[in-house]
Amino acid sequence: MAFLRTRYVLVLSLTLTLKAILLLIITSSMVVIDGKHPGCDEYYFGRREFSFTLENDVYLRYKSFKSVSSLEHAIKSCFPYKIDIGAVYSVDPDKRHAYSQTGTNVFTPVERELVFDIDITDYDDVRYCCSGADVCSKCWPLMTVAIKVIHTSLKEDFGFKHILWVFSGRRGVHCWVCDPKARRMTNEQRSAVAEYFRVYKGNENNARKVALMGYSLHPFLARSYVDLLKGFFEGELQANQSIFSTKDKYDKILEMISDEDIQSELREKWEKSANRSSLSEEAISLVRWDQLKNTLQSKKHKAPTLRMCVEEIVFTFAYPRIDLEVSKQMNHLLKAPFCVHPKTGRVCVPIDPNNCDEFDPLAVPTLSQLIEEINSGGSKMDVDDDDDDDTDTSLLGKSIKFFRSSFLEPLLKSCKEEIESSYKTKIDKSKDSFSW
Amino acid sequence: MEVIRSQKRTPSNDTVSNPKIPLYLTAPQMEVRLEEFELFAVDRLRVLKGVSDGLARGRNPKEMDDLVDTLWKEHMRDPDASLMFNKDIISHFVLRLVYCRSDELKKWFLSMETALFRHRFRLQNFEAQRAIVGEFGLPYKAVTGAELEGLKERLGQVVRSLGQISPTVEAVYYKVPFEEVPDLVASRRVLIQKGYAFVAGSQLVSLVVTQFRSHISKALILTNRKWTTTIREREKDRLTPIVEALSTSYLGPDYSQSTEYAEISLKDIDQVAKSSFPLCMRHLFEKVREDHHLKHGGRMQLGLFLKGVGLKLDDALAFWRAEFTKKVGSERFDKEYAYSIRHNYGKEGKRTDYTPYACQKIILSAPGAGDHHGCPYRHFSEDNLRAALGRMGLSSRGMEGVMDQVRNKHYQLACTMTFEAVYGTSCDAGINHPNQYFEESQKILKSKTPPAPV
Repeated sequence: MAFLRTRYVLVLSLTLTLKAILLLIITSSMVVIDGKHPGCDEYYFGRREFSFTLENDVYLRYKSFKSVSSLEHAIKSCFPYKIDIGAVYSVDPDKRHAYSQTGTNVFTPVERELVFDIDITDYDDVRYCCSGADVCSKCWPLMTVAIKVIHTSLKEDFGFKHILWVFSGRRGVHCWVCDPKARRMTNEQRSAVAEYFRVYKGNENNARKVALMGYSLHPFLARSYVDLLKGFFEGELQANQSIFSTKDKYDKILEMISDEDIQSELREKWEKSANRSSLSEEAISLVRWDQLKNTLQSKKHKAPTLRMCVEEIVFTFAYPRIDLEVSKQMNHLLKAPFCVHPKTGRVCVPIDPNNCDEFDPLAVPTLSQLIEEINSGGSKMDVDDDDDDDTDTSLLGKSIKFFRSSFLEPLLKSCKEEIESSYKTKIDKSKDSFSW
Repeated sequence: MEVIRSQKRTPSNDTVSNPKIPLYLTAPQMEVRLEEFELFAVDRLRVLKGVSDGLARGRNPKEMDDLVDTLWKEHMRDPDASLMFNKDIISHFVLRLVYCRSDELKKWFLSMETALFRHRFRLQNFEAQRAIVGEFGLPYKAVTGAELEGLKERLGQVVRSLGQISPTVEAVYYKVPFEEVPDLVASRRVLIQKGYAFVAGSQLVSLVVTQFRSHISKALILTNRKWTTTIREREKDRLTPIVEALSTSYLGPDYSQSTEYAEISLKDIDQVAKSSFPLCMRHLFEKVREDHHLKHGGRMQLGLFLKGVGLKLDDALAFWRAEFTKKVGSERFDKEYAYSIRHNYGKEGKRTDYTPYACQKIILSAPGAGDHHGCPYRHFSEDNLRAALGRMGLSSRGMEGVMDQVRNKHYQLACTMTFEAVYGTSCDAGINHPNQYFEESQKILKSKTPPAPV
């Protein structure tokens, strides 16, 4: 037993080294890359907060490291179950007590990626296949459509370029926006973006959780509806969830219609047809949706709250529900990409937003699979190997490659350009001051 | 600013072009009489308090414009325009001293001054507004020609989404980085493309308000520094007592220290909840008993209220533990929840002793999926609210009065009416803090029960 245990520990440490190395790649992207460039800030990395969650839920915040190798060393010696990444502060987090809270050296966040967290448990009231921590192929598409809606908006509306989507390991996704201007956003600006994305305003105390006012949708909502939500709702969501097939299910939707007469009209119609149909659940559901749409279309002039009732129903079921608190504050910590989720053992791999339909949360490599892979000596574990080998069949090979080429390299390039251009401006300015 | 004791007032040397609303960018070089120091500040404080009340009652922007106009005329007017202008400036800078001294004071002052500025700005005509925008030195250019044409359709969509049936796109739009107009972005009142927001001329107010707020926020930090390092000590016999008195006299009691009425023990808590808690706290309390859990917003709102009501830390821990361990187990409770309860009582972290939330804050909160905090008068649907009020013992007639207030968005008045109906007495002060509701209720109940025999 002891022998196996030692082996396990060895193997674990190898895996964690792998994790560490991957982390270093990420964190170095959030650092100056070319340490030799005179315009770089060599202390930047030291001011980044990390947090470790150790065995027995011991939680260590405000950890910071002078260099990438001391981070690696700490990971190998502490064996954290979870590693979170926080903000870059004005001074090294682990030295924060050395500075007083007044004066010019206050301990405060200076830069932090704009982050989003979408968790499928926030959709429990609209998914019938699972609840709580479970997730399956029938409800995961809710995450897929959420990624598409938010990603499109981040790019088209806000002009962000360096966006990383990561599987959270169990039942959701995280988004990291790493553009320099995103990192410098204030809490108020982050809050504004989060609110811009917010549509669902509800809990069990109110029936109409999405209220779309006005005479048309805002262009962002309209685009999301036309390009993504409508098709998803009428296709995949209906097929997976059959949201009108039973009385319990359709009552919930009827309550969203703010006109009692229309509610009773539809309810009566559906109660009558309940037992007589030989159609499948899915087909019944689609028929009823059509009936609802037609009824509302003909009667929507009755009240302003009916004007966009159809859209409200679609938005209630399909529109992304982000956790606002995560995005609003710079000091909020978020799990690092490529971590292993402590409860499922799955690796938090990146998700390609342009291909997210293909992503299957139940097929993500787990820690035990990785251990097996290492033990069987089947793959090279040297992550820094620049082998562009498409035959790399290691479990994480594809994810690492994607991370590197689609996210890391462009970001490094852009950071370098930024350093160079701001350095150049500085030089030019000082040249001016020397002119007589 | 020089504060003097002399009876004569030296004429102001203000050669500023005198825009109607000062931007308070620099402290004025003028002499102020000691009596005016306090009086001006008190008058401005009345205005700010009125603004605060208006916001808490959920007044819409137009109503706030009128309210600000009335308040300003009532408290700040002077037949001499330049004297009125001086009073404006002096009172603002005095209040900066008063409200720079803690985070909570800063936050309140910043919110109220920003709101005041916003509505005073809206009351100006377009030319005056343009002048003020110019004063801030904002470099935004108008969008014209082909670019504007290309955006017209979507700009029209934005206008329609805001409730205007015909999409009249304005003549002038400004292309502004979205970071500069966070409130317009948050409420989706502008078109955003590739990082730029297209702000209509009529929305200029957002632009300037952001600038204004940012400037005042930074200024408060500097003022605080100056206060703690030099002014407080130097003025300890003259201005400091005035400054210190000004902040406590107008915000009302903050209920962070429990009073004689307000000590409750764990064994009485269910009964007390039924008899004396306001609806918001009753709901949260019932949910804790029912679900053996509350999300963060609810834990904060109820937890701090209980602290204000006099529940000691040990009793609080026992209460939350008794409920939560039914669902999450004792280990998880200790790990995940006990810390933040102690945090609320100022026993962890930066050891701030947090104050219970006033109605204004609760009304402005945003409960989401799975939450039960917030103000039921605002956040509940009509049916749920009626049911809850019924459980509190309101008759159908009493309920109508309350629902009427709710429909008009007078949430605190609705709560006050509920109080009056439940206890059969009038409450002239009006409810603006859940702990106030509790204390008033306890006063009434205690006066009705005969004293225990010795």
